[in-house]
Amino acid sequence: MDTARTTLSALRQRIAALETTARPAPPGGALSPRATARASRIALDRDAVDAALGGGLARGALHEIHAASGADTMAASGFSLALALAAAPPGRPIVWVRQDYAAHEGGDLHADGLQALGLDPSALILVQLRDALAVLRAGGEAARCGALGAVIIEPWGEPKALDLTTQRRFSLAAEASGVTVLLLRPGARPMPGGAETRWLVRSEPAAPLAMNAPGHPTFDLTLLRHRHGPPGGPWRLEWNRDEKLFKRPALLRDPAALPRIEPAPKPAERAPFRLAG
Amino acid sequence: MPAEAPLLIVEKAKGALALAAPDPAALRQGLCPGLTLAEARARIANLVVAEHDPAADEALVERIADWCDRYTPLVARHGERGLMLDITGAAHLFQGEAALLEDLLTRLAGFGLTAHGAIAGAPATARALARGRDRVIVPPGREAEAVRPLPITALGLDAARVQALRRAGLKIVADLIDRPRAPLAARFGADCVERLERLAGIAEHPISPRRPVPAALAERIFFQPIAHQDDIAATLARLAADVASLLEARGEGGRHFEASFYRVDGAVRRIEVATARPNRAPKAIARLFHEKLDALSDPLDVGFGFDLIRLGAFRTEPFLAAQSSLEGHALDDEAVADLVDRLGARFGPERVQGFLREDTHIPERRARRVPVFAMSGNPALWQDELEPGDPPLRPLSLFDPPEPIEAMGEVPDGPPLSFRWRRVLHQVTRAEGPERIAPEWWRAGGDWPDRDYFRVEDRNGGRFWLYREGFYAADRPQPRWFLHGLFA
Repeated sequence: MDTARTTLSALRQRIAALETTARPAPPGGALSPRATARASRIALDRDAVDAALGGGLARGALHEIHAASGADTMAASGFSLALALAAAPPGRPIVWVRQDYAAHEGGDLHADGLQALGLDPSALILVQLRDALAVLRAGGEAARCGALGAVIIEPWGEPKALDLTTQRRFSLAAEASGVTVLLLRPGARPMPGGAETRWLVRSEPAAPLAMNAPGHPTFDLTLLRHRHGPPGGPWRLEWNRDEKLFKRPALLRDPAALPRIEPAPKPAERAPFRLAG
Repeated sequence: MPAEAPLLIVEKAKGALALAAPDPAALRQGLCPGLTLAEARARIANLVVAEHDPAADEALVERIADWCDRYTPLVARHGERGLMLDITGAAHLFQGEAALLEDLLTRLAGFGLTAHGAIAGAPATARALARGRDRVIVPPGREAEAVRPLPITALGLDAARVQALRRAGLKIVADLIDRPRAPLAARFGADCVERLERLAGIAEHPISPRRPVPAALAERIFFQPIAHQDDIAATLARLAADVASLLEARGEGGRHFEASFYRVDGAVRRIEVATARPNRAPKAIARLFHEKLDALSDPLDVGFGFDLIRLGAFRTEPFLAAQSSLEGHALDDEAVADLVDRLGARFGPERVQGFLREDTHIPERRARRVPVFAMSGNPALWQDELEPGDPPLRPLSLFDPPEPIEAMGEVPDGPPLSFRWRRVLHQVTRAEGPERIAPEWWRAGGDWPDRDYFRVEDRNGGRFWLYREGFYAADRPQPRWFLHGLFA
């Protein structure tokens, strides 16, 4: 009886050790100091989401992001970029590996728009490739580079090459280098895989600004899977680019009950437009 | 009747087939270029005729020129059929000039080609001597002497002046060389004198090589051709080390490397890699080539093996221990630069891009996506123009070209109430605008109508960037609506 218990606890300890640190050392030797220094957690909202994740999103791990529908693809991209920004230490570039088809479907990344979410466009290296296989290869290569802030890998659809082994390889690379790897999956259904967390993103009406103007990027997030805890959500969060944090948006009436757009005010009453450009 | 049938290359001239290039057997039997095929057939019954293919000739000469790179990097085309090799400082690698010429002509003969060659201290001299007589090697400083017995056609003048010279009794170069230059120039043109001086090696006339000359070059010659992948990789690694030490001696790093593989049968294959920063780490260079070779869609055709592999650094830049000029740039970190190089080598440099700011307010021209390799110096910084707390005013993605939509808008300048994009109807619940963006009429192609942009959100929380081109007015066509981008 007693021996059984000690065996069990010994096994548990071994599993715990395996799951945290005791990976086989990467080819370059033990974990680099850079990797260990960054083996921390990323604060997303300092609130419910962080609590559900056990203190924040794991750094140096693979996270998978799905769009709830085709119309939510850009929300998923925005959410991935927000995660990358939250994860990237200052001054480190972000690599975004994209399949040509993703740009064809959803448009090219726009530098001003990247900046509007908080990314300095000169800190982005965009690798745009023809097919999913190349995207996965380049993504794997980037995930191994510890000098990066974060890597976004965006293949289109459900390529055969993106199997459990590939996901596992990304995870290991992320762990060894300490770089957070975000696998963005436009046009794919969520399936079991090797990621640390899996998210379902839906775009959500934003809390309106003055003059009924559209507000900040707002997402409806569901944590579909979390390797070290129960799934969670949905949460309704908006991205604050100044603090690089997700915030709970201002209270909003039921969007369906909102009046249609108000009749255009007469030119004389119109408030001055926002200064832009 | 001779045993071998003369081979004639014919081409169409003035509606008839004429001889372009008779072979030696045909020449012996009195057939000369320009003769019509019908007449040639009348004279000799047994003929082999082939059509002239200038493109194939050209390609062959180019291939031979490529192959000649093995002797010296300075190879120039000369006329239609001539090649000029600058072998200064290269002859000793082949045990002397005579041996080099012998090797070159023997190998060309091995390919089934007839070639004549000569070596001299001036290009024009060598060229003139290469015609006709075989394997002349002019000792340094004896050019004028060597060309004396040549006919004046060696000057390469036009037919009228050749005839004029002949009429004046000047038949060989020796007749001209001893004369005072001024009357010659007055009578036959200044270029006649210039050509004469070039021919005699008096005037300098550099050749213009057809390919850039590498700043640093290393090569391995194999007496036993190598064909195994591992051998090739090992050779590249050793060559990279050689080139790196050459670059180190110059205090430079290379940004563009090229490996040339010379196959035994004369084919040459070149592989290029580029780096984002000056590089001279042998391992990194060898690895880039490894990536590139691995990713080739048409792999290196080894054939019967390579007997020469060469590695050159073509673009070099000063190599600074700390690359301070790139400060504030995404490539600060050596590891990042390495990654960019590897991705560029594998997938093509143009696929690894960064955003370069342009001084314009036209959304689609705001940023130029350029290969990270091409970015250098201090690119224009991106200034954050948004106030804290502002929502994004520009979309995360932009469609190029903008996608036409059907929109129901408030006349004359309100936002759309609903719009249909990619067959889906979107009910607009919130909108902001218009923000007018006018074309830059002072630039080329800037003559499109004004655009009024709106940021809108639909019932499901999709955020879009739409614009109306033109205005609603009685005497104008209906304005058109476009979707230009998507917000997160």
